[in-house]
Amino acid sequence: MSLLDVQNLSLSIAGTPILRDVSLTLAPGEVVAVTGESGSGKSMTALAVMQLLPSAAVATGNITLDGNDMLALDESTLCTLRGDLVGMVFQEPMTALNPVQTIGAQVGETVRLHRPDLDPKMQAREVLDRVGLDAIPLTRYPHELSGGQRQRVVIAIAIACRPKLLIADEPTTALDVTTQAQILDLLKQLAADDGMGLLMITHDLAVVAEMADRITVMHHGEVVEAGDTPALLANPQHPYTQALLAASDHQVDLPQTQKQAPLLRVQNVVRDYTLPRTRLFVPAGTHRAVDDISFDIKRGERVGLVGESGCGKSTLTRAILGLEPVQRGTITLDGTPVTDPSVRRKMQVVFQDPYGSFNPRHRVARLISEPFHLLDTTPDDREARIAAALTDVGLSPEDAQKYPHQFSGGQRQRLAIARALIIRPELVIFDEAVSALDVSVRAQILDLIADLCRQYDLTYLFISHDLSVVRTITDRVLVMKKGQIVEAGETEQVFTQPAHPYTQTLIEAAPTLPGAA
Amino acid sequence: MLRYTLKRLLSLIISLAIASLVIFTVIEVAPGDPASFMLGINAAEDTLAALRAELGLDQPKWQRYLAWVGGMLQGDFGTSYQYRTPVSEMIADRLWVSLPLALYALTLSTLIAFPAGIYAASRRGKASDVGVMGATQIGVAIPNFWFAMILVLIFAINLRWFSAGGFAGWDKGFFAAMKSLTLPAIALALPQAAILARVMRSSLLDVLDEDFMRTARAKGLSRGAALRRHGLRNAMIPVLTILGLQFSFLLAGGIIIEQVFYLPGLGRLIFQSISARDLIVVESVTMLLVFAVITVNFLVDLAYAAVDPRLRARA
Repeated sequence: MSLLDVQNLSLSIAGTPILRDVSLTLAPGEVVAVTGESGSGKSMTALAVMQLLPSAAVATGNITLDGNDMLALDESTLCTLRGDLVGMVFQEPMTALNPVQTIGAQVGETVRLHRPDLDPKMQAREVLDRVGLDAIPLTRYPHELSGGQRQRVVIAIAIACRPKLLIADEPTTALDVTTQAQILDLLKQLAADDGMGLLMITHDLAVVAEMADRITVMHHGEVVEAGDTPALLANPQHPYTQALLAASDHQVDLPQTQKQAPLLRVQNVVRDYTLPRTRLFVPAGTHRAVDDISFDIKRGERVGLVGESGCGKSTLTRAILGLEPVQRGTITLDGTPVTDPSVRRKMQVVFQDPYGSFNPRHRVARLISEPFHLLDTTPDDREARIAAALTDVGLSPEDAQKYPHQFSGGQRQRLAIARALIIRPELVIFDEAVSALDVSVRAQILDLIADLCRQYDLTYLFISHDLSVVRTITDRVLVMKKGQIVEAGETEQVFTQPAHPYTQTLIEAAPTLPGAA
Repeated sequence: MLRYTLKRLLSLIISLAIASLVIFTVIEVAPGDPASFMLGINAAEDTLAALRAELGLDQPKWQRYLAWVGGMLQGDFGTSYQYRTPVSEMIADRLWVSLPLALYALTLSTLIAFPAGIYAASRRGKASDVGVMGATQIGVAIPNFWFAMILVLIFAINLRWFSAGGFAGWDKGFFAAMKSLTLPAIALALPQAAILARVMRSSLLDVLDEDFMRTARAKGLSRGAALRRHGLRNAMIPVLTILGLQFSFLLAGGIIIEQVFYLPGLGRLIFQSISARDLIVVESVTMLLVFAVITVNFLVDLAYAAVDPRLRARA
């Protein structure tokens, strides 16, 4: 007898079909993963189970949860089931909590709604202890907690009434690898302790490989394949699943280069931030974001920089770009300090968010030719260069007249790369440039970068929290922790024989697909 | 929270000091001699000099500034050039009309706007939302003096429920006084309510799209309960800002309404004093209004902190 039984679920929003004939089942105590890329309908499937769909959504088919016909129940009955029979955890722990209520009140509210006879405060304390927040008082506000702690609070809200089913929608996507490992452990533990069913929605196959009993793969609103985890991963039947698995563990063919003289030199760089003054006559304290960092990037070298949020990698990146004043040390490109305006044209950056980094009202031609402003004169062959830049990144010259919204996320990231390369910079900085992309798109962009290396002998600094990506796309890697570089070396060397305990922790925490090296 | 309050208080005092300097300078620099205005253009030079001496106009500017500020701190606003009565008395009389009127109007506006804004937000896109928003659009567009005259026409002239103008005075009893302030308060409140309702709605709609509202729904709260328990407080910051601005406006900006209803309020006092070059009254009333605005901002800042714990932490 299954706890959750979804049969032939179809869903359309304002006439646009989102899901088609989706079926899946989940037995009590079972962990089932629904995976697929963005737009596959996996989150909508989860929201359909909760019956928290957008108001324009029309669902047909059957969703039976513990004997309740979820599509037929009225709203007030559904309210009594949500939070009691089924709880849900969301992707963004930073915004999933009400910022103006204490965590105790928010966890207690679930109890108060469904178990009026119990003391909400005592229950909140108990459930926060269960999710590993025993040191955190109930009176804390969300902004006083870290991302991982907030996600624990969100989980506490969802499991406060010991639901039979927990739905977790990308619960660890926004978290660091070590935090991700802890949260996944916690979810697994809770499911096992309570015999709770766990429906995991995730784009990351490596995450579910270690957790799920069964996997359902979705594509374009349909289930393309479902089965037991080991069997499905070892022997995927559907071409899409095969492609997804290949892309998740994609290895690029990085050309060998001649390493020459140092291009970028970072020497003993220190960046302190002044903390807010706490007393009137006591000097304000400082926070050292970058602590005495030195490294070189040689011409033609591809260097990775990994570290968790708050380790100072963003500050370091900004300092290299000349956007951040440093208190001590020097950063030079070809011998010139990076704060010198003439260096700007030799360095370009590709950012994480392919949606936010383009002005939506400009055409592509104008967007990708922006770096020409850095040159003393606009080149005569501007049009030809734009066409060439677009061709280089796998787009066509005709795309120059389009607007950014006419492109997909992956195509926009190609545009961002075209923009960075159009003036042939000596150094490119990829700042989490593939982190927001689906695995198949990510694989294509990584291939593109390798191609461009072959063509133009790129030198780049590749900043990422994703170790598997850094491993394949770089020659050398720097591991950063608390403002310091704790380990540096040849990428393969660092990954196979990490010397520093922190590097070991990072590599262990990163989820891997079985069979991957 | 204590540190935050002290910080805000310090900034309040500094703002007041700067404002008093600016007001004094601007008004002293403005052309026009109060003495010759009071005595007429044909007055003899020695009479003018005597009056200037009496008014203290012959002293150095910085001494007059200090005397003015020192006096105000003790509740002495000087003597009106025009009426030869203490300015503090004149202001007090007018304040007893303007302040209750402003509070009355603000209360009415809040009582109308909050439910209207919440209702519209909770029924986004539906006919009732469109209806409420259409009504507020009209409320914003209608000039309040025109609306005031319509009120007089209906409730004073036709129905004879209220008098058409004038102020009964507090000595006639609380209800009589409030009754004479009712039509002006409604006339002032309606456009303010329309603006406030729109701010309330859009602010709530922003909050309804937040992730934590989905969390609230997932724990079993109904749409309405989630809006009340998690939405409202988060939507309050823009609403409080507008409320603060509106109160400052209502205190002094009701001059047209005061004119329509023939109310002896602050707006009319300042208008008459400007026409009569009664500089000491203009200075004092302006300072008082600045004081009111800055104090209201201070209270709004405290309200922000009460609503949002993140602001408390940042201070």
